[in-house]
Amino acid sequence: MSPTISTSSPANGNVSAETAAQAARSANTGVQSVTFAKALNTALADAMELDSSVLMFGEDVGVLGGVFRITDGLTKRFGSDRCFDTPLAESGIVGMAIGMAMNGMRPVIEMQFDAFAYPAFEQIASHVAKMHNRTKGKMPLPLVIRIPYAGGIGGVEHHCDSSEAYYAHTPGLKVFTPATVKDAYLMLREAIDSPDPVVFMEPKKLYWTKEQVDLGALRLAHETAAVPPTEGKAAIARPGTDATLIAYGPSVSTALAAAEAAALEGRNLEVIDVRSIVPFDDETICASVRKTGRAVVIAEAPGFVSVASEIVARVQERCFHSLAAPVLRVTGFDTPFPAPKLEKYFLPSVDRILDAVDSLQWEEEA
Amino acid sequence: MTNNESREAIEQVSSKFGITPEDYMLPARTEIHMLDVNGKLHPAGEQGAEPGHEYPLPSPAALMAAYEQLVIGRRVNDQNSALVRQGRMAVYPSSHGQEACQVAAALCLGENDWMFPTYRDSVAVMAKGVAPMEVMTSFRGDWHSGYDPNQYKVSVQATPLTTQLLHAVGVAHAAKLRGEDTVVLAMCGDGATSEGDFHEALNFAAVFNLPVIFFVQNNQYAISVPLSQQSVAPSLAHKAVGYGMAGERVDGNDLVALLSVLGRAVRLARDGNGPLLVEAHTYRMQAHTNADDATRYREDAEVQAWIAKDPLTRMRSYLADAGLLTEESEARITASSEAVAKTLRDGMNSEETPDPAELFAYVFSTPTTQLTEQAHLLADELAREEDTK
Ligand SMILES: Cc1ncc(C[n+]2csc(CCOP(=O)(O)OP(=O)(O)O)c2C)c(N)n1
Ligand SMILES: [Mg+2]
Repeated sequence: MSPTISTSSPANGNVSAETAAQAARSANTGVQSVTFAKALNTALADAMELDSSVLMFGEDVGVLGGVFRITDGLTKRFGSDRCFDTPLAESGIVGMAIGMAMNGMRPVIEMQFDAFAYPAFEQIASHVAKMHNRTKGKMPLPLVIRIPYAGGIGGVEHHCDSSEAYYAHTPGLKVFTPATVKDAYLMLREAIDSPDPVVFMEPKKLYWTKEQVDLGALRLAHETAAVPPTEGKAAIARPGTDATLIAYGPSVSTALAAAEAAALEGRNLEVIDVRSIVPFDDETICASVRKTGRAVVIAEAPGFVSVASEIVARVQERCFHSLAAPVLRVTGFDTPFPAPKLEKYFLPSVDRILDAVDSLQWEEEA
Repeated sequence: MTNNESREAIEQVSSKFGITPEDYMLPARTEIHMLDVNGKLHPAGEQGAEPGHEYPLPSPAALMAAYEQLVIGRRVNDQNSALVRQGRMAVYPSSHGQEACQVAAALCLGENDWMFPTYRDSVAVMAKGVAPMEVMTSFRGDWHSGYDPNQYKVSVQATPLTTQLLHAVGVAHAAKLRGEDTVVLAMCGDGATSEGDFHEALNFAAVFNLPVIFFVQNNQYAISVPLSQQSVAPSLAHKAVGYGMAGERVDGNDLVALLSVLGRAVRLARDGNGPLLVEAHTYRMQAHTNADDATRYREDAEVQAWIAKDPLTRMRSYLADAGLLTEESEARITASSEAVAKTLRDGMNSEETPDPAELFAYVFSTPTTQLTEQAHLLADELAREEDTK
């Protein structure tokens, strides 16, 4: 029995901002080259440090530290009551997390890969998403389902799906997907703090990308609420004036590369990183499109009935009179995710984005 | 924390009883039964128990309290079925015939213990203390659930089969991590044991050595499909052994045996001996729900044979013969069951309709911008309707 674990409450969870700030200051790391994976790992460790009701479990997340090492060192640091391996059963993992959240814990669980979350779909769609509503808020489920997703790493079948639409389509689930190292840290901390369940989609191709960040400063900023929340807030990844590229997760870097290329041709593109698919930030996105008058939505998932389709519809409904051209999409094809040697044909590319931008009826402006 | 602890727990408890771990885990050769169909107590040596499995007779006070709930349970079932027939209630999956299981499931639990019921288990939910009208919220079509699970330590009545067993495992796991004394009873039907989550839940509970009682009411059918088409295991209780936990089967129309078997299971789980699986043999005497026609898949003779084993008449005969049930106490119990029935009828007569604005209020802890927009849309629509009236 572990007396060190207690129910999530303001008393033990959200310790005073002062205490948190002190702890954060003492662990200040300075600006360093940090990987996306390390930012996630640090976010988990910081949340577990602060609140003993935060638990981490899943497949191979204990001694191994997860197949992507996102949970590296957590079992050693917090013990096997706080970070542990479960039997191989995704529905079991999500279902048990629901019960734990019902009983005072804040579980964070890892699905090993996107497509291996499908056995848990019933638990997610029927309970994670609905318990709060079903009980009129009496039974909130503060849990986070972490899912490494999308392609770009030459992965084999069942390891590269972009499954965000399934979750985003299900009322009651929040769906976050960071695209920068800084957001990886901040958004995971926010997801863990959220009173609502969050499906946290981690673009696996970004795990090894690096940025210069100060994790200690981010910790302090988060724990003292010195940074604005990312929930429901898109970010302007690159300001521009001529057209808006709307992307999220793994597609943000592709959109940025396209914007760089377009700049060479004299077009100044704005890039929006959606970040929070649910709740969705109509405001930031529509403000950008009203300003530029043109938009292309970019996503890896097959385009048919997708998050990209939803964004197009929303922009069109809200910005019709500001639009100089139809809103276009550059998405994955409506095929199963291809074998490694074919993925480059499937994924949205800089060229495909530039072609879409070129066809935004610029001639009519002259 | 995990498999060694679970193995040691089984070894310890079996050596305490002077039996092998296999004999601890294996169900007895027959179901445990205490009352015969006429309500006569089987002699102690003929109740089905194996050496090391002790099933003492519950106290007279416990038996009388259970009998009162049994009478109320039957009344609730029949009142609700009547309300459905009159078109005053949307749907009600009756547990008519299974009330002994329902009552024992609730009464074996202590104050800090949780119950995870299904759609079938309204009587158990009420027996654990949930107000009848709060239970009926979902069946009258007002909202998907009507009570606060935390208040009663009764989870929502689950519809997706066996998904709730995993939530039970999670509640027990959280309690164990905090060192709390909480036993969790998780309920499902015979057909549901074929679902994947049944397997995952039993395995998780065993691996993490959690105090969960999996209570299967084997009422012989999953809607129309008989048990023989779900499983060819020697019994459903035998499935326990495959997970390294103890299983037992019990006459599910024998309230005395149920109280004893579930009581022992709860004590064992509470003492850290891990989960148990209890299978009760009973019968769904009526159709699956009001929408079902049971004559399409079973013979009346079969139903009649089970009516002869009715849990209520057996218990009443036993208590009367034992001198526990008097005319006075019978009258008092009837009155309290009639009071509950009246509450149900009155509740159904109320014209209160749910507030459509609530559609948007609980999707998240705080409504999103989009939900707020949609709430306004509906409010405007309703206001216009109101204007044109
Ligand atoms: C996952 C799932 N599949 C199908 C159903 C539809 N369904 C509701 S009850 C039922 C039969 C269940 O039989 P059993 O487990 O024996 O319980 P009983 O109804 O007899 O109490 C079915 C198939 C469901 N509720 N959930
Ligand atoms: Mg059944």
